[in-house]
Amino acid sequence: MNGNGHSPVEGAAPVPGEGEIRIGVYVCHCGSNIAGTVDVVEVARWAAEALKDQGVVVAREYKFMCSSPGQELITDDIRNLGLNRIVVAACSPHLHENTFRTATARAGLNPYLCELVSVREQDSWVHTDRAAATAKAKAILAGGVERVRRNAPLDAITVDINPATLVVGGGIAGIQAALEIADAGFPVYLVEKDPSIGGHMAQFDKTFPTLDCAACILTPRMVSAGTHPNITLMTWSEVTHVDGFVGNFTATIRKKARYVDADLCTGCGVCAEKCPKKVIDEVYEAGLGYRKAIYTPFDQAVPRTPVIDRENCTYFEKGTCKACEKFCEADAIRFDQQDEEVTIKVGNIIMATGYELFDARRIAQYGYGRLPNVFTSLEFERLSNSAGPTNGRIVLRDGVTEPKTVGVIHCVGSRDRNFNNYCSAICCMQSLKFAHLVKEHTGATVYNFYIDMRTTAKAYDEFYQRVMEEGTLFVRGKPAEVTEAGRLPGEEGKIIVQVEDTLAGRQRRIPVDMVVLSVGLQPRADAKELATRLGISCSSDGWAIEKHPKLDPVATMTEGVFIAGCVSGPKDIPSSVAQGAAAAARVLGRIQQKQMNLEPIKASVHPDNCSGCRICNTMCPYNAISFLEAEGVSSINAAMCQGCGTCVAACPAGAISGTGFSNEQVLAQIEGLLMVGSDGTPLKRAVFPEAHPHGNGHRQPDAVEEAVQA
Amino acid sequence: MSVQTAIASETTGTVSQATTFEPVIIGFTCNWCSYRAADLAGTARTKYPPNVRLIRLMCSGRLDPTFVLKAFAEGADAVLLTGCHPGECHYIEQNYKALRRYRLLRRTLEGMGIEPARIQLVWASAAEGVRLAGEIARVTEEVRALGPLNWPKDLLAEVDGVDLEAAWAATGGDSGDPPPESDANPDAASEATR
Repeated sequence: MNGNGHSPVEGAAPVPGEGEIRIGVYVCHCGSNIAGTVDVVEVARWAAEALKDQGVVVAREYKFMCSSPGQELITDDIRNLGLNRIVVAACSPHLHENTFRTATARAGLNPYLCELVSVREQDSWVHTDRAAATAKAKAILAGGVERVRRNAPLDAITVDINPATLVVGGGIAGIQAALEIADAGFPVYLVEKDPSIGGHMAQFDKTFPTLDCAACILTPRMVSAGTHPNITLMTWSEVTHVDGFVGNFTATIRKKARYVDADLCTGCGVCAEKCPKKVIDEVYEAGLGYRKAIYTPFDQAVPRTPVIDRENCTYFEKGTCKACEKFCEADAIRFDQQDEEVTIKVGNIIMATGYELFDARRIAQYGYGRLPNVFTSLEFERLSNSAGPTNGRIVLRDGVTEPKTVGVIHCVGSRDRNFNNYCSAICCMQSLKFAHLVKEHTGATVYNFYIDMRTTAKAYDEFYQRVMEEGTLFVRGKPAEVTEAGRLPGEEGKIIVQVEDTLAGRQRRIPVDMVVLSVGLQPRADAKELATRLGISCSSDGWAIEKHPKLDPVATMTEGVFIAGCVSGPKDIPSSVAQGAAAAARVLGRIQQKQMNLEPIKASVHPDNCSGCRICNTMCPYNAISFLEAEGVSSINAAMCQGCGTCVAACPAGAISGTGFSNEQVLAQIEGLLMVGSDGTPLKRAVFPEAHPHGNGHRQPDAVEEAVQA
Repeated sequence: MSVQTAIASETTGTVSQATTFEPVIIGFTCNWCSYRAADLAGTARTKYPPNVRLIRLMCSGRLDPTFVLKAFAEGADAVLLTGCHPGECHYIEQNYKALRRYRLLRRTLEGMGIEPARIQLVWASAAEGVRLAGEIARVTEEVRALGPLNWPKDLLAEVDGVDLEAAWAATGGDSGDPPPESDANPDAASEATR
């Protein structure tokens, strides 16, 4: 870690850490952004004088440090004055740390010997008192100076990237990601837990706002993914274990037994036809239709290979039947098939595991599960789907009667403090689509009960206008109750939606024949578990957290693990596809580079100080710390370490050091930050008695530290 | 507090209670949430008292209890710990470890006569700039009401007469490890400025 990868400049100071520390301080005006509130001239003057003993040899202020002339100030000073540490007091390091570190490296100094401290976001922009803001700027700057003295030159860590990619989840986002990478010529493992890829989109009839047939646009993609020479499709499979780090992951996939030999099966479908056991299809048909005990979930399934539902199969239940085996011409049925574990090596992972629907039963007052003619959005999708259980006829639960009046309730389980606070993003458009489809199929009167109408993407609002023009009635209000208890004339035999019409300012009871609950999206029940397996984090809602919600939406905090589609929050199809492609682009970038540099913010164990207590082993969320039995000490795998520093703080022996945020750096920064008080004068520190054994004012708190550590 | 009164209080060696006491607070932030919240507060020009000085760590889990004690020893009147909301840690669950250390510190410090309000924990996501600013204002007010920290005196009153040298030796501290911060980083320069 101490090797400086950059050759020292001619005539410059000795190698940092070994000789005289020569610090250059640069205070940015940022136009008037900083200079308007902070006396930058005074701060620079003070730094040159008060921080001289800390090694500051030059302190300058400049209008825009990030401009080329500003950067040249730094590079020229490094060359001419032999600086070996740089502190820039300007904006947030999240904005320009890279700018100044790159400039530092250009002048031949290790980039990690440059620190950017924020006197804009954390000072000039949030305070109004000029004297106090200037004092704080001095403190912040002094903290940076004290810290940079302890900075060590660091070298980025280089790892090789395995060109294969694991895509978890075969919905539209995962399919898109897999196809992009495979088309670029690199191998992809596409793992799907269901018997077929396609995800939720395969269940839909039409897609808003274009009203494209979902199957017509999805199935060609599914076929491409299924037949692509670079894609290894693993359906009816689950990721059980992931080890390793970016470029070098090892994933264990459990291929559940299909009881069908996929190599021999031709996908003719005779087995399902002959199977005597009918089962309600709770998954694909949302409980509205049937499938057999041996089945492919839908006609366009990829792969066509069916699976036997062991729990419902007569043979597995009673030991006789084997109708499928009898009729299979390819002789592909294998009742003795076992689950199989496959280990694959990949360089990157894309998690596209999607969402599940909010359980409408949780809102008891809407009557789902109790009132037969209250449907969920997914049930409605199946009803309106021409390949669905009713061949696309929108009918009541009796299977015959067409509704005359339909109520569509938006935001079921979303934007609701009792359930999910967030907006599910797709429900407005989905509900408008339902209104349109009901009109088109039945000519019924449709009421849409909404809180706010959110139709923000391309051509969405036009679709809303179209649905309004078609005569759908919009009631702004969240229904309080859906009930069968009619009490007014015209309510008999109807379902009554009780709602406060907030635009009309009154309570209304609207009798309808059918209610469709536009249920929200929520994270899959197992999302957190899988996220933990992959080392990524989830919000309290359960959605995966992006590395940056705006600037890095498909990356995660774990290098080499990307997210796409609804795994990070509700999204419509265009956004999911865009994210799938974006994640693929990120992965391809990595693959093309063949190697990548990792941020050298890592922890390492000093074996001489390690007592082998293993406290750190359980601290690491990335399993980067292992115990070396032979040596009797713990050791940290640098590539797996993500640099959080928890182990550094936890080590009772102080045997773990964290680069970039070492104890020395942080403790020094604290000293610097407390150099001046709120008024800019030296801060009064506690004075310890002279007679004290260690007498330097430091010993006392250390004794306290011992107490805390013990 | 004006510069004049500050200097006056400096020369008399007492902190003036007549004027408003301006505490100095050290805040530890997580790179992924609360530091970004502070950035966001800045971008949105959300005002808060200038008493807090922030240190960026990669994670609240990096918080070594020593840091807090060091801050108090160096003259901070309070320490603010911040991190991602429970369940939202960017390193999966390390903020829970910060929470444990916070509880431990609060109790330990209370035992030393340091008011619990001088060490506070605030969760703030990257989106909660306004919330963080509000919490900083609240903590500043609470500490201002408490007045300056004078814990070394309290502590010394209790440990006076204890042979710390012997106590240190009894812990095995003389086994070669230099006590942290003593001679490992000779920093006479920074001492001189104080």
